[in-house]
Amino acid sequence: MEQIIGVTGDLFRTAANLLFLTAQGEDVEYEPGLFRDTVDWISRRSDMLLELMLEHLWLVILTLIIAVVISVTVGIIISYYESFAQTVLGVCQVLMVIPSMAMLAFMVPLFGIGFTTGVMALVLYSLLPIVRNTYTGIRELDPAIVEAAKGMGMTERRILFKIKIPLARPVIMAGVRTAAVMMIGIAAIAAYVGAGGLGELIFSGISRGHQPMIIAGAIGVSIIAIAFDYLLYYGEKRFSVEGRTKEG
Amino acid sequence: MIKLEGLSKVFPGHNIPAVKDLNLEINEGDVCVLVGPSGCGKTTTMKMINRLYEPTGGKIYIRGEDALQMNPIKLRLDIGYVIQEIGLFPHMTIEENIATVPNEKQWPKDETKQKVSEVMTLVGLDPKVFKDRYPSALSGGQRQRVGVARAMVSDPPIMLMDEPFGAVDPITRARLQNEFLRIQERMGKTIVFVTHDIDEAIKMSDTIAVMREGELVQHATPSDLLSAPADEFVSNLVGRNRSIKRLHLIRINEILDEVDRAKPASEDAKIGEVEKQIEESDIRSVIVVDKDNKLKGVIGVSDLKRKSGEVAGDYCQDVTDTITSDATLNDALSVMLECGEGYVAVVNEDDQYEGTITLGDLLNVVKEEG
Ligand SMILES: Nc1ncnc2c1ncn2[C@@H]1O[C@H](COP(=O)(O)OP(=O)(O)OP(=O)(O)O)[C@@H](O)[C@H]1O
Ligand SMILES: [Mg+2]
Repeated sequence: MEQIIGVTGDLFRTAANLLFLTAQGEDVEYEPGLFRDTVDWISRRSDMLLELMLEHLWLVILTLIIAVVISVTVGIIISYYESFAQTVLGVCQVLMVIPSMAMLAFMVPLFGIGFTTGVMALVLYSLLPIVRNTYTGIRELDPAIVEAAKGMGMTERRILFKIKIPLARPVIMAGVRTAAVMMIGIAAIAAYVGAGGLGELIFSGISRGHQPMIIAGAIGVSIIAIAFDYLLYYGEKRFSVEGRTKEG
Repeated sequence: MIKLEGLSKVFPGHNIPAVKDLNLEINEGDVCVLVGPSGCGKTTTMKMINRLYEPTGGKIYIRGEDALQMNPIKLRLDIGYVIQEIGLFPHMTIEENIATVPNEKQWPKDETKQKVSEVMTLVGLDPKVFKDRYPSALSGGQRQRVGVARAMVSDPPIMLMDEPFGAVDPITRARLQNEFLRIQERMGKTIVFVTHDIDEAIKMSDTIAVMREGELVQHATPSDLLSAPADEFVSNLVGRNRSIKRLHLIRINEILDEVDRAKPASEDAKIGEVEKQIEESDIRSVIVVDKDNKLKGVIGVSDLKRKSGEVAGDYCQDVTDTITSDATLNDALSVMLECGEGYVAVVNEDDQYEGTITLGDLLNVVKEEG
């Protein structure tokens, strides 16, 4: 259930983002027969749509990998330094609430126009959910478990890799899923700074006043978001022993 | 083996020390039980021995070596540790849980596997049934056994056991205690055992260290503690009925030979003879065994009237509960009270009859010792 609410929430966010963009294009007006036109467009340009979806996916996957590596590391580090943690989490929080357009605009002077800028902005966005979940996932482990491990002579390093990370993994993964779905939506906006992907379709649709293009782009984004969330969720469940340790 | 000298611990931000100037010496092969009310510093003392907590004062010597100078990882690998909260790893199977220390010590895989299965059998968990289970699929008592198995798998010379039998019902606890004592008899480890149950302390220990508000009040053998409590606190702790507590100190096999009780009837004995035996018996009943001396049941006076037949086997009723001869007299008393009978049949592990203990026997013991 939580799962469904999560996806729906993210979809709404994506939709809201797109609506916002749509509203920007002045000469976009809803016409009758839009549904047929969209289906038409998609069937005519399915290769292009697919290509842009793959590009979008690539942007998201690459960003996600970078974000996971950075955020999990940061999350682990701050789990050892309590005094540090609140500051770091605060910074991540601030980063996340910067509007996506503004964030991208900040990035351009630093990294120019293009793919890299998009990746950078997306990484910064996805820090908070993963860092926070890694941190709380580790901090909220039953202290008796960690103490038992320590008392039996496990080194801190072994405790981290054999006990803490495996046990915190479901929580960390939940953070990764949140980040991924959020990122898929924002990645569409990153087309603004030339990062490519489905955003291109949406933006050119807006500038040309061609609605089927916008809708096709939005559908593509939604499909990717749902598929990603589903895969991450069930992939995690399948490979985790946690499912086996809980009753039922 | 373990010597604590002026050991103190003040937690940061507290002004009262959790442990204060503690002096304690534990001989090799002894079980020393730390006992005292909640919050008196038992766990803290124990955690200083394996250096989960660094003492703020004093010294710890293990085999004459200064433990505070040793590498804490090496120190801990050679001290079996049963944590109060059990602390099994929920994402690992029972086998993997128990193999923790062997894995840290990088034992060969097959040696580890074999040792794990040995130690599981020792604590009464069938390896075939339990080794691939996860902790959540175990009962509280089974989890505690796993905790104990995990601590002893690498055969450490020293064990720290923090309320290892805390989370189980009194009957299972008595059984675990007896198993523990049986194992300890063979292993002869040096054990620091924490409990706040004075009965458990009396039963399990070679020496008892009574603690109060971080200080050691008395360190003595259980028998001395019962006969000469150092102060009012200790005598309150051991309670008023000290003579009854002595029942914890004596095992059934120590008195079984002295009690002179009628032989059991074999199941094909003529009922006439059995009737006479029952008349003479002080419990107005006779135990019936089969030809392998296995316990078959019991015949009481009322059974003679209620049933009919030629031989003892026809009259025989099931016995409600039995006890093994390494249990304490107090366990025997519990079983009697539990079953509402004035006696309990003693059997060995193969269910063969060894004798009967009665309430009268217990009374005699209490009278003699008190
Ligand atoms: N990590 C800690 N930080 C601060 N204070 C602590 C810590 N651990 C224990 N204390 C305090 O030290 C005192 C002794 O605690 P300890 O855990 O040793 O008691 P105990 O004798 O084991 O009690 P119990 O029978 O309830 O387990 C208590 O007052 C407790 O609040
Ligand atoms: Mg304690």
